[in-house]
Amino acid sequence: MKAVKLAAMAAAAVVMTWSATASAGPTLDAVKQKGFVQCGVNTGLGGFSIADSKGRWVGLDVDICRAVAAAILGDGDKIKFTPLSAQQRFTALQSGEVDILSRNTTWTLTRDTKLGLNFAGVTFYDGQGFMVRKDLGVKSAKELNGATICVQPGTTTELNLADYFRAQGMQFEPVVIEAQQEVVSAFFSGRCDVFTTDASGLASVRTNDAPNPDDYMILPEIISKEPLGPAVRHGDDEWFDIVKWVIYALLEAEEQGITAANVDSMMDSKNPVVQRLLGATPGNGAALGLDEAWATNAIKAVGNYGEIYERNIVPLGLSRGVNALWTKGGLMYAMPAR
Amino acid sequence: MAAAPKTATFSLNDRGVRAVLYQIITIGSVILVAAYLVSNTMNNLETRQIQTGFGFLSQESGFAIAESLIDYAPSDTYGRAMVVGFLNTVKVSLLGIVLATIIGTVIGVARLSSNWMIAKLMSVYVNLVRNIPVLLQIILWHTVLTNTLPHPRQSISLFDSIFLSKRGFYMPFPVDHLGWTLFLIAIPVAVVIAVMLNKWATRRQEMTGEQFPAILAGIGIVVFLPILAWAVGGAPTAFDVPALKGFNMEGGARVTPEFAAVLIGLTVYTSAFIAEVVRSGILAVSHGQTEAGRSLGLSEGVIMRKIILPQALRVIVPPTTNQYLNLTKNSSLAVAVGYPDLVSTGNTTLNQTGQAIEAILIMMTVYLATSLSTSLFMNWYNKKIQLVER
Repeated sequence: MKAVKLAAMAAAAVVMTWSATASAGPTLDAVKQKGFVQCGVNTGLGGFSIADSKGRWVGLDVDICRAVAAAILGDGDKIKFTPLSAQQRFTALQSGEVDILSRNTTWTLTRDTKLGLNFAGVTFYDGQGFMVRKDLGVKSAKELNGATICVQPGTTTELNLADYFRAQGMQFEPVVIEAQQEVVSAFFSGRCDVFTTDASGLASVRTNDAPNPDDYMILPEIISKEPLGPAVRHGDDEWFDIVKWVIYALLEAEEQGITAANVDSMMDSKNPVVQRLLGATPGNGAALGLDEAWATNAIKAVGNYGEIYERNIVPLGLSRGVNALWTKGGLMYAMPAR
Repeated sequence: MAAAPKTATFSLNDRGVRAVLYQIITIGSVILVAAYLVSNTMNNLETRQIQTGFGFLSQESGFAIAESLIDYAPSDTYGRAMVVGFLNTVKVSLLGIVLATIIGTVIGVARLSSNWMIAKLMSVYVNLVRNIPVLLQIILWHTVLTNTLPHPRQSISLFDSIFLSKRGFYMPFPVDHLGWTLFLIAIPVAVVIAVMLNKWATRRQEMTGEQFPAILAGIGIVVFLPILAWAVGGAPTAFDVPALKGFNMEGGARVTPEFAAVLIGLTVYTSAFIAEVVRSGILAVSHGQTEAGRSLGLSEGVIMRKIILPQALRVIVPPTTNQYLNLTKNSSLAVAVGYPDLVSTGNTTLNQTGQAIEAILIMMTVYLATSLSTSLFMNWYNKKIQLVER
């Protein structure tokens, strides 16, 4: 009897997995059904995604996820976070463990194609830099020949580093550690002369993790382009559109002067752009398969892009720079929401 | 139960029929589940347009690796990067196995010592070390090495030629020369000659009763033949001495803190288990054997070497094989401190190419092949030392 039972159980398991896959369908349906968005974030990078003293996740990457959750479910707290290392992140997204990967991830051709990802936009324009101890007496990245450099594996940083030293005809010794906290502590213990990652990451580590931030400096060279943004899986265009337009909505809100505080009063605005964005003139929500208040809810939950930046990135000592709106000489440009 | 009558009837009550049926159902459902999993994976990869296949192995890797036994640069392929990782795994595992065996045997024997102090100290060592997870031990060693040692510019140095710092242990290394090449070749040659000499001496003693100091002669050959070869090759004395250059020490031979942390962690952890295996092996030999040896008038040393150890070895070898396999597999924890072993370079390859299934498959196959080779070798050795009944 045991074998029969076992066979029956196995058959049942097959049928159940089959039906589970069949009904999973587009990500939006699954999210609405389970009632929350599963968001992949960094294990701890101040300003982008880090758990605060109360255990609440905060940061720019986190806020993008909250905005998406608010746009779909009307509440920025209907969200669960999966902290991921650089090496785990793509597999987690590919396998469906997370719905969005919002983890300071650089948009590259390989990732956009071979890895089966779609980047929904750029939420932070970054570039790779180097941090050293001041007493090392180094003033430029060109003086780093022979240095020991701490870097996280599986990142574009790791590849750019090798490229840069090859191009400059210089040697270096990599110390490659996967966990963010471990690699940072290896640098501060003096195992490496240099720590390299995106400039924003360096600022974050220097501000939040350094025993004494004034002992460390970031070298002037920026050796790469690192456009960071959230990614989704290939094969679900509806979901891709939603994440993309939530980001545009946050940018458009800043351009139109809509903030978390005034979003309700802006509903009465005479400006047709604002009316369409906030759903006073319906249409956009239905087109995305969402409630007409999608953008209103997103802005209410986290504020516009400028507010998100002000809250998370400015404390790291980084000004807007290229991340300003296009109207102010930056690169942030929302497509027309109509 | 009586044999079933030989008729052509098919009955579910027939024990034989049921047995076959159950097996068909079981195997069938296993195949079904496997087929479903594979086809589901293929489908998902297809819909998400994720690249598959092993073509990535011949693409340029683009990432650097800190230490390598073969030449490697970021312009080499992912395939070569994985080979570099594999060789690093083999390096740390082999050294770990040798050191753990030596230390484990010494501690195992010392635990049986009649000296109360030594026995208790060894007992404390074994129980402390084998009850702390090996991952924590490796991280502990790495933290100790990189936090307590000085910066390279303030290295601890001995005669200005041996240096110890956060960046590792540096020592002078002979400059490449014919003399040293001959020296290296002479070592295995000398060992083979010594072994053959020993065999000849044993045979002669069995036939004629004449003794020959084979051990002493063997040691002499192993020591002096390489020195002779070195002298014949031109007696080179040039050494590459490490010196501070820019950020780091350069020249000479070097042990990185990552390698040291992994090696020490694995060796210490495994030696505790091997110590217990050795102790149990010795205790398994009945005391009557020792007494029999004494009544024959043999010395204590001969009793240990010729009677106790050969019998203990039969008990010791199989569980020690397990420890060797564990050590090899545990070496994958090296990734935690950044030692570039197979898992480290494999994971990086996985991440840069996004081909998780293929990369994991390669890593699993390599570990399986390594472990099976170790098992095969140890099984051969085990057979060799089994009791030969005359």
